[in-house]
Amino acid sequence: MQIFVLLKMVPDVVEELVIDKDGKSLDEELVRFKLNEPDEHALEEAVLLKEKYGGSITVMALDAPDVDDALYLALAKGANQAFRISGECKGWQTPVVANLFTSFLSSHCGPLTNETVVLTGSQAIDDIEGELGACISEMLKLPYISVVTRLSVDGGTKSATVLKEFSGGLRGEFTVPLPAVIGIQSASKPPRYVPVAKVNAAKKTAKIESVSLPAPNIKSALLLRKMFTPAATGKAEMLEGSPKDISARLIEIITQRGIL
Amino acid sequence: MAKEIIVVAEILKGNISDITYEMLGVGRKLADSLKKPLFACVAGTDGSTLAKTLGAADKVLLVENPAFAVPSSDASTSLLVEIIKQREPALVLIGGTNIGTGVGIILSLRTGLPHINFSKDIQSENGKIVVTSQLFGGKILAEVEVPAGGAIVSVVPGALPLEAGKSTRTPEIEKLTVPASESKIVFKQFIEPETGDVDITKQDVLISVGRGIENDSNLELADELAKLLGGAVCGSRPAIDQGWLPLSRQVGKSGMMVKPKLYLALGISGAPEHVEGMKNSGLIISINKDPNAPIFGISHYGVCADLLDVVPAFIDEIKARKGGG
Amino acid sequence: MDPVAVEVFGVPGYVIFWIAALIAFWLFGRRVTILIGLLRKAQPENCTYQFGKRLQLFFVNVLAQKRLFYEYLIGGAHFLIFWSFILFAGTFAWNLPRWLFPFLPMPYADEIPIIRFLFVVMSVVGLLAVAFAVVRRVFFPPPHLQKTWDANIILALISLVLLTTLFGMAFKAGADAATGEQLIMFDKILATTIPQLSVNSAERLYVLMFWLHQLVVLGFLAYLPYSKHLHLLASPFNVFFGNVRPAGDLSDGISDERRVAGASKWDEFTWRQLFNAFSCAECGRCDRACPALNSGYSLSPRLVIHNVKEHLLESGLKKKNGTKKSEETKKSLIGGYITEADLWACTTCYSCVDRCPVFNEHVSLIVSMRRYLVGQGSVSKEIEETLVKYNRYGNSFGQSDRARPKWTQGLDFTIKDARKESVEYLWWVGDYASFDTRLQNITQTTARLFRHAGLDFGLVYEAERNAGNDLRRIGEEGLFELLKDKNLQTLDKAQFRTIVTTDPHVYNTLKNEYGLSGSANGRIGNGVGRTWNVKHYTEVLDDLIKQGKLKLSRKQSHRVTYHDPCYLGRYNGIYDAPRRVLQATGAQLTEMPRNGAKSYCCGAGGGRIWMQDSTGIKERPSESRVREAVLASQAEVMVVACPKDVVMFQDAVKTTGNETKIIVRDISELVWEALEH
Repeated sequence: MQIFVLLKMVPDVVEELVIDKDGKSLDEELVRFKLNEPDEHALEEAVLLKEKYGGSITVMALDAPDVDDALYLALAKGANQAFRISGECKGWQTPVVANLFTSFLSSHCGPLTNETVVLTGSQAIDDIEGELGACISEMLKLPYISVVTRLSVDGGTKSATVLKEFSGGLRGEFTVPLPAVIGIQSASKPPRYVPVAKVNAAKKTAKIESVSLPAPNIKSALLLRKMFTPAATGKAEMLEGSPKDISARLIEIITQRGIL
Repeated sequence: MAKEIIVVAEILKGNISDITYEMLGVGRKLADSLKKPLFACVAGTDGSTLAKTLGAADKVLLVENPAFAVPSSDASTSLLVEIIKQREPALVLIGGTNIGTGVGIILSLRTGLPHINFSKDIQSENGKIVVTSQLFGGKILAEVEVPAGGAIVSVVPGALPLEAGKSTRTPEIEKLTVPASESKIVFKQFIEPETGDVDITKQDVLISVGRGIENDSNLELADELAKLLGGAVCGSRPAIDQGWLPLSRQVGKSGMMVKPKLYLALGISGAPEHVEGMKNSGLIISINKDPNAPIFGISHYGVCADLLDVVPAFIDEIKARKGGG
Repeated sequence: MDPVAVEVFGVPGYVIFWIAALIAFWLFGRRVTILIGLLRKAQPENCTYQFGKRLQLFFVNVLAQKRLFYEYLIGGAHFLIFWSFILFAGTFAWNLPRWLFPFLPMPYADEIPIIRFLFVVMSVVGLLAVAFAVVRRVFFPPPHLQKTWDANIILALISLVLLTTLFGMAFKAGADAATGEQLIMFDKILATTIPQLSVNSAERLYVLMFWLHQLVVLGFLAYLPYSKHLHLLASPFNVFFGNVRPAGDLSDGISDERRVAGASKWDEFTWRQLFNAFSCAECGRCDRACPALNSGYSLSPRLVIHNVKEHLLESGLKKKNGTKKSEETKKSLIGGYITEADLWACTTCYSCVDRCPVFNEHVSLIVSMRRYLVGQGSVSKEIEETLVKYNRYGNSFGQSDRARPKWTQGLDFTIKDARKESVEYLWWVGDYASFDTRLQNITQTTARLFRHAGLDFGLVYEAERNAGNDLRRIGEEGLFELLKDKNLQTLDKAQFRTIVTTDPHVYNTLKNEYGLSGSANGRIGNGVGRTWNVKHYTEVLDDLIKQGKLKLSRKQSHRVTYHDPCYLGRYNGIYDAPRRVLQATGAQLTEMPRNGAKSYCCGAGGGRIWMQDSTGIKERPSESRVREAVLASQAEVMVVACPKDVVMFQDAVKTTGNETKIIVRDISELVWEALEH
């Protein structure tokens, strides 16, 4: 099997997010980046696929601060190759990002066969222009299905069977012919822990290949007027005291609302 | 030509999802202020029955074809491309649900219209349409203009008022015949959550448990509380992932949307995917050890303490008030 | 008369002796050789450095049996049995060449009156000690005492040895008396203890006793290396080769690679770690002290050692027909003999190691196995999340490093930035004291105390990262090194002389695991070598009070009890400074029964503060401790000197329903209240 995993670095919301002076973007100085969480699950699902069906995993990410940490982590988990792609674009400009990945795949990775699957996270917190997986599926002219929580491959029919989440706990089972792009919501098993020593070992034995691509000729069509922090919607009224005091107060509150 | 606003109705297992009405609500508001027609697009089977509830729209564009009844099929996407290309709307609204995710940008690439994701509000401003989208789980908002040529907007479920999209009026119905393209994605079956005896969306009181409940033996506390208050127990994703509750009790993006009179969140941190499912509840009270838990930002009342201390005391108090007096 | 000269069933005594001795020594030697061979296949470890210190440990702990006296009654009994054993083993070694080569011109040991005297005394004393041990074992067994056949056998054998000695000597004296020999007083008295017999009968009985005695001794010699009594041979060496580095240093004296990889099979441990298994006498003192076991977890430190031994013997030894036991049927060490849950139940409180009379290091074994599990990614979700937070944010709270100094905003003065200006004391605050909103008040109080006393102190603000103590105990060596390197970089650039810490865990690792050499003068600014001192804030408060810089004139007269934190007390020997500080506040200090080195862990260490409690736990360690404080010490205030203790005990006060009986306070708070300001 040939498994591609697309990774994206996104701003870490643990940090304070401050709008830049231009009012249209985040203050780059203060932003810290981390690997998009659904992409972590996509990576884990890729590793599970490789363990089950054999094959190789190629991970790729656009150049961003701390991207090497994510790529070495992927290598330590079992990825065979890792690529850092530099091209001028911002992480949230989905069509531009997808375009870069597409040209990379076509120029560096050979034809996509019926044993190929492209995995990425269902969604990212900065996907204002849309989801990467969907976008790249369109550019690669491959079928796309998202919000997937389980994935298995049928070597005979060269297709993947996936479980997709709807709402209300309902899920749907689908089959998709390979090659396909699949958006992972959560991996079949929670992402495994990789000790730092293993990542360090990966840094010594494996190499991230750097690829520079020409600036894509797609531009973002988004007419962004401004970015701002929402008005403080006000926090909850906090109740203090001993559990007994709090309970008494709670009963007051719910009695007022006619619940008790 | 007064270009129309099209709301893509979301239908799952023969029911119209709430998001459709939320979009119709904002669509109606925009249509009235911009003097544009509002159309709802219904594709699938039994569309004429379903269309009757979409009276907030001026017209329902109906495509009857079982191929479109299959959720997440490429056929539906191709259908929308056709409709957009034929009708050149000013605005297309799609539900940003698990069904609609990814559709927006594909439509954008195929039709050339820009896609704006994560919208939580749409306003008209001097004849222009301005979308407010949320990024980073809602921590940052962005205002995006819709260009004159139109745009496709994916709307976050639960952000807009539902009632605004309901109407007793029966809309005009226009039947369209669009051939269904072959779908590469093949739908096999639905997998229902284990049928619970309880429909949490119909409860007045919900006691919701999260990671903070620590293990399933503490669920008894939630059970007791639910019984005393005449409600039911539900949970956030971690509680279901851990196996403490069945899927039918999950509240959130992939679970149920609930709006009880009282939502008591025990040991739930308040991740956006969960909040999406319950934030419109009448009274939200949260108990969590972590003073920085995001749930406190959307609760009416909060208790920063160990729920294993507070809940037993609360149960005792209720018993005292109810029983012995 | 020479017992080996007498013929037994027509065979000269010394021939029989030769045969018996050869068999016994061969069996003994063969087994010991095999076991040593096993040890040589394990990982190397240098255990001979600091020879003088080791010798001292040997004198104090083997010869003087110091640690046995923690449980003083049985300790005393064991001391007596031990020394009588030394006497008998010594005289056996003396007599052996004479028995084997009767022509040698040397006396038997027991031909020397003073030795005969010692024999009688030590035999009687020994028998009394054994009797005590038996009574204890049968009627008053302490918890976790293993009533095994092995134990019964040894007690019986020792009794036989002593009895045959006594009777033998009596019969010999009787025989000598009957021959009309002139005896010394001592022997005359000895002869009166038995009924009058003819010379022949007396001699025959004497010879009988002799052979019985030899059979027991030689039999025991052969049996020894197959039983737990190998501890007789191994434990003196175990003490000598024991840990002479600071207790709080888990660097383990092995290569970095080996340490990171941990151990999952016997040959991945060092020979010294495995040697622990042979030295264990299964006394159960470690179990009695263990907070995990006593809460209801199945972790037993004694069983950890025992299971390592079982695994070692099963997997290391070849079967008699030369083939190793088939791989599939062998039980694995982790998962088979020892469960993962047991390995994670340990709080690393060190009570087991501290109590062990033979200097076994249970914590070292457990952490080695944890390192292996971490390497496999076999950690619980809670631990994984904590490790990810440590890695990404440098703290276990998952908050931005920029949020670390936020607690200082509650102060009406600014604390110096040690990155920018030189200070005397660099205050390494630690995660809990900085981030936990329940604890920030206490940290602020400490800051006010320092300022009031005119202490020249500073912080490194956001540059501070978790010091890594608990990370290392969880087994993530790679991450520990990562954080340590980062912290050392920060320390190298800052300018200070002494580090002061709030948290004993931080204290422990900075003092013992960061390679700081500490010196009386320390250094300010960039110099050669990292010679900074590390102090706990209670030590600094103690100094300040002694120097008169903190005048505690508003005496508080609460009845207080003080909980010795594991990483301050047991690991690093700081017991007195906090108590002096408390007494200076005017508080009436009453001690809990488990005080000082016997202090009972709050249960947070070893990463356990982030792990879920198992269901079925009878009583958490912190709850047991709070009950002890309330009932045994009758104190109104439970005083702690560790942020994690504050959190753990405050919770336990609530869950044990003692909110009206006792309150948990940090030492800083009491000092502040005693201050005139």
